[in-house]
Amino acid sequence: MIKFERFELENGLKVIVHQDKSTPIAAINILYNVGSRDENPEKTGFAHLFEHLMFGGSINIPNYDEPLQRVGGENNAFTSNDITNYYLTLPKFNLETGFWLESDRMLSLAFTEKSLEVQRSVVIEEFKQRYLNQPYGDVWLMLRPLAYKNHPYQWPTIGKEISHIENAKMEDVKDFFKKYYAPNNAILVVAGDVEVADIKRLSEKWFGPIPKAEKVKKEFQKEPIQSEPRRLTVEKDVPLDAIYKTYHICGRSEKEYYVADLISDILSRGDSSRLYRELVKNKKMFSEISAYLTGDIDPGLLVISGKLIKGISVELAESAILQELEKIKTELVSENELNKVKNKIESSNAFSEMSVPNIAMNLAIFENIGDANLINTEIDLYLNISDQEIKTQANLIFNENNCSTLFYLSKN
Amino acid sequence: MILNRSIPPEFKTVDKIEIIKASKITLDNNVNTYEINAGSQDLIKLELVFAAGSRFQEKPLLAYAVNSLLLEGTAEYTSEQIADLTDYYGAFLQTDVDKDFASVTLYSLNKHLAKVLPLLKSVVTEAVFPMQEIETFIQNEKQRFLVDEKKVSSIARKQFNEMLFGSSHPYGYNVKINDFDNLSRESILEFYNQFYHAGNCTIIAAGKISPVEQNFITSYFGNNFQIKSSPNYLPKTIQSTNENKKLVFRDDAVQSAIRIGRPLFNKTHPDYFGMQVLNTVLGGYFGSRLMANIREDKGYTYGIGSGLLSMKEAGAFFISTEVGVEVCNDAINEIYLEISRLREELIPDEELQLVKNFMMGVFLKNVDGPFALADRLKSLLEYDFGYDFFDKYILTIKSITPVQLRELAIKYLNEDDLMELVVGKK
Repeated sequence: MIKFERFELENGLKVIVHQDKSTPIAAINILYNVGSRDENPEKTGFAHLFEHLMFGGSINIPNYDEPLQRVGGENNAFTSNDITNYYLTLPKFNLETGFWLESDRMLSLAFTEKSLEVQRSVVIEEFKQRYLNQPYGDVWLMLRPLAYKNHPYQWPTIGKEISHIENAKMEDVKDFFKKYYAPNNAILVVAGDVEVADIKRLSEKWFGPIPKAEKVKKEFQKEPIQSEPRRLTVEKDVPLDAIYKTYHICGRSEKEYYVADLISDILSRGDSSRLYRELVKNKKMFSEISAYLTGDIDPGLLVISGKLIKGISVELAESAILQELEKIKTELVSENELNKVKNKIESSNAFSEMSVPNIAMNLAIFENIGDANLINTEIDLYLNISDQEIKTQANLIFNENNCSTLFYLSKN
Repeated sequence: MILNRSIPPEFKTVDKIEIIKASKITLDNNVNTYEINAGSQDLIKLELVFAAGSRFQEKPLLAYAVNSLLLEGTAEYTSEQIADLTDYYGAFLQTDVDKDFASVTLYSLNKHLAKVLPLLKSVVTEAVFPMQEIETFIQNEKQRFLVDEKKVSSIARKQFNEMLFGSSHPYGYNVKINDFDNLSRESILEFYNQFYHAGNCTIIAAGKISPVEQNFITSYFGNNFQIKSSPNYLPKTIQSTNENKKLVFRDDAVQSAIRIGRPLFNKTHPDYFGMQVLNTVLGGYFGSRLMANIREDKGYTYGIGSGLLSMKEAGAFFISTEVGVEVCNDAINEIYLEISRLREELIPDEELQLVKNFMMGVFLKNVDGPFALADRLKSLLEYDFGYDFFDKYILTIKSITPVQLRELAIKYLNEDDLMELVVGKK
């Protein structure tokens, strides 16, 4: 059970405090409710580029990292389709430095041309390093537009193409900041050996004076229901053939999301899972295979991906995957197997609650999808799932009309 | 009162760090067990560490194969049963191997510990390495190897180790695809019998440890866990290759991987702590000189860093990055420039103070929580150090001066002593 308190400032900033007296470290997590789905289709990769610019100096503080390191702190950030999340840890007695730094960059950035120019280059190198210079690195650049025709999930957070990053202008940066980087679009979580009264005082002092922004309407292009199988085959300079299959599922806050999550666990969590045992160990068709959810707020994907053993045909390998999916659609999962995946979720939860930075991040993410207390109650949603629900959902999800398939083949 | 946001809040430096020390218990079979009872969750991590890393192997890949195949069947359990039971009880059974040590780690909720401990005992005492599992392992590992060979960063890591330590020592040997086919069940079993036994094992337990868990550990690993005699170990020769500069050309690369470094001492050397501070200044944190110059000023890379490598028989200093092919030479020049500045200039007091504060803050975090404490303890035990190693580390961070750091740079970061590798294009 994770205990926490919640309050909201007048400017709309939500604040959550979790007390853990056992640690000398305090964690601050700030989640901004903006991600790549908020981008203009002609200016993609912007939310992520912006995350980089958040470290390029704010209105009163020329450098973000230096003062934090000076007080013994560390930080990082990530951007997803839905959110941009900033987190830091520092010795508990220097907590106020974190409030000072985070509030100043929420107030306003320095917006220097130098910072924009450099971070454009850095992000382009990141694009190359992670998406272009790796075998299979460009998979999601192809899979997303195959699976999504309307919804902005059709591009990855890094952006559709390098030119979008190259063309980013200071004017765009300023507009983006004004629109999304405001207290009423953020959630602040503080975890550690802290008192709620102190956090209230520090929040009022540093974040209280920041004006709220106009509320952003979150309206995204709806993805139409897919009605026929989509297939794409590419040949590239990679050593092994690979298969990627994506199935549309519901959004993150639906009850069925948890069923889909258990289905992916039955298929591929741990060495006892079905795909690993059948297709890697028994049939020896794949050297590795996995199933997972993208975890997006809007309707997301269940992804199955695997690399084929040399000499196995891609058609044969795909039919072996479909055979496994057929099993979960037609046969009820045994009590033993269902308990197994539920037990694994219970223990993973316990292990993830060992560190305050983790707890702070999870509280922020849950609050953003509706309620921080999901950190405590989500487990019951999993535990209550029945064998019949698994079967029903599997039938809804694993329909080839709902599937985009990418054959990523070796040219050699 | 108007808030002046340009003035930073008051701060304190980390002066004292409380480390929860492990209690040591020697079991009846002389196995040393270290217990760290800390944390608020009802869970436990139990790590069995064996001196069974790759430096002990007579054939390539042997230590890795043995460690990876431990969970693939024992006299008592099949590979499927091990996987089923582990997953059913929400436990995690992990194997890990590096150049010097190998380990098997069990993560479990305390309430299920009794159900999964027999598995841990079985894999370290009676693994059988079924032929079929070995074949699957070889096939899948060869495939993984082929994918790895397509990454400039992987090629750079492997080739640079060879440049540093030479191919006649497992520290430097660069695995070839044919080495997988030469693994035999006989040699796997022989290595297992020689190195996985009580006489070569240390146990580290961390988490919620009550007398119940203590009794479990004693009964499972103090009995029927025998000492065997390990063979006499003859260290192999470590000899850097003669190539001080090397280019592995990759026509299709859009980024080049760069490695610059040199063989150096390991943790047992008195200058190790000072070099840690110097390394942090150069490339050991986000605000380091290499990051500030090559990423945050020039935008040549997504990331650059430097580090010290410590192993039982060798050590190294290295810089590692991936940069756009068109700026590769410029990046290399800037790297050498930053190294020369360490030899020629004194580090300004303000910068050094920042690095010292940062290192203390990181250390505070690194000894927070039972699992972090277990990892730190493991790093001590591997070198037979006591907790005073940390006291010396902290003392060096606090007391080292710019003059001493410049002396270290002159002594150890001479440009003629540095090796350079580029994988990609330049």
